[in-house]
Amino acid sequence: MAKLRFHIRFPEEKIPEPVIYQIGHEYQVVTSIRRADVRETTGWMDVEFSGETEEIERAIGGLREKGVLVDPIELNVVE
Amino acid sequence: MAKMTALICRECAKECPTEALHVCELCFGPLEVKYNYDEIKEKMSRASIEAGPKSLWRYKELLPIEGNPTIGLHAGMTPLVHAKNLGAFLGLDELYIKNDCVNQPTLSFKDRVVAVALTRARELGYETAACASTGNLANSVAAHAAQAGMQCYVFIPGDLEAAKVLGNLIYRPKVVEIEGNYDDVNRLCSEIAGERRWAFVNVNIRPYYAEGSKTLAFEVVEQLGWRAPDQVVVPMASGSLLTKIWKGLNEFKKIGLLKDVPTKVNGAQAEGCSPIATAYKNGRDFFKPVKPNTIAKSLAIGNPADGYYALKTVAESQGAMDAVTDDEIIEGIKLLAQTEGIFAETAGGVTIGTLRKLVKQGAIKRQDVTVAYITGNGLKTQEAVVDSVGRPFRIPPSLVKFEQTFGQQGAA
Repeated sequence: MAKLRFHIRFPEEKIPEPVIYQIGHEYQVVTSIRRADVRETTGWMDVEFSGETEEIERAIGGLREKGVLVDPIELNVVE
Repeated sequence: MAKMTALICRECAKECPTEALHVCELCFGPLEVKYNYDEIKEKMSRASIEAGPKSLWRYKELLPIEGNPTIGLHAGMTPLVHAKNLGAFLGLDELYIKNDCVNQPTLSFKDRVVAVALTRARELGYETAACASTGNLANSVAAHAAQAGMQCYVFIPGDLEAAKVLGNLIYRPKVVEIEGNYDDVNRLCSEIAGERRWAFVNVNIRPYYAEGSKTLAFEVVEQLGWRAPDQVVVPMASGSLLTKIWKGLNEFKKIGLLKDVPTKVNGAQAEGCSPIATAYKNGRDFFKPVKPNTIAKSLAIGNPADGYYALKTVAESQGAMDAVTDDEIIEGIKLLAQTEGIFAETAGGVTIGTLRKLVKQGAIKRQDVTVAYITGNGLKTQEAVVDSVGRPFRIPPSLVKFEQTFGQQGAA
């Protein structure tokens, strides 16, 4: 069982969609939202994904296919 | 009681032990070092600092190490130059350049943060240093690890220029080129940092690493004769440097070394990668990540970890932010070189270009004691100016030709 943390950003058009809920149903992962700021035109969430590593990677791929942006929790680590 | 009491979450204030942690386990907010300032106040005075080593370690009481420094003993205490020529050109009476072009050993401000990060990493028992970098950070980690006898891994994008790769290889770290785009490199490095027991200086050691930047505030205060500047201009990549300069100034006030901190903290970015300056301009308290496209590669962080905190710091200090074009960056590099004899890398061009704009806008005034932070050496980014500095005069070995070319200008 792995636990990986991500920073997820929502473009304006994705804000009304229950994306995190959908991912929890489509993949064998448990999501835990720790911090979030969702506004009318933009939004982000810091989320922990628990599950098998490969399944988490598939879920992240699924998020990206839905048009959501996924970054490491640290944001940019290349300096 | 130890001077360093905990790592504290910048969001929820939950405290964690002073280990290799960088994210709050509760809310995933970033961690920073919490100190016992009452104890530090007892130990630290202007006299004790002035009697200390000629390096950043003269401020070790306010740095996150438990014992004595072991790595990076020569970093810091770089010159603060009263830039009279550049000041006259810009209309500033009291302009100073904090010149980290000559920081030791790798000629950028990164030697400060890496000295602190690896000293702390050693205290925590790490034997391998690592980082993901396209330039100055990699050079500094590789050099310090070589000196310290640590194993070293440097991760770089697969398309990095040959000169920059060489600048790392000379220290003999394991340089890992990662295929894929910048986002792929970023993601993999974050995952490796989570998997290996390595001191990834700007990931799991980041709370300690970032504290090294405070010494750029401490030194300026001491070099100005124990006063805080009225204005500082700071280049922004992740935004961490700017926030730590502000933290450093306020720590000196907390322990009684400064009466007040009237400093306005100003941030500088390149237009081709200006998520923080754009948010400031639009009056937002959050930034939108961007894909960098600028010659200022050392500032090209499109999704900056401390961007939010940089915006907060500038608002708190009532400073300003602005961004400059690539042409303005080159002009800034040339202006600094031709007035003060200091050859800065592209980030320095960003600082000088932004300083110029802020003076024109009236945000910085003639009588303000102003410090511009120059964070890296121009010899590292020669490609940025190679086409804009002209060519040598070429003449045959003949005195007549020389005099035809220069007339009497060269006469003593």
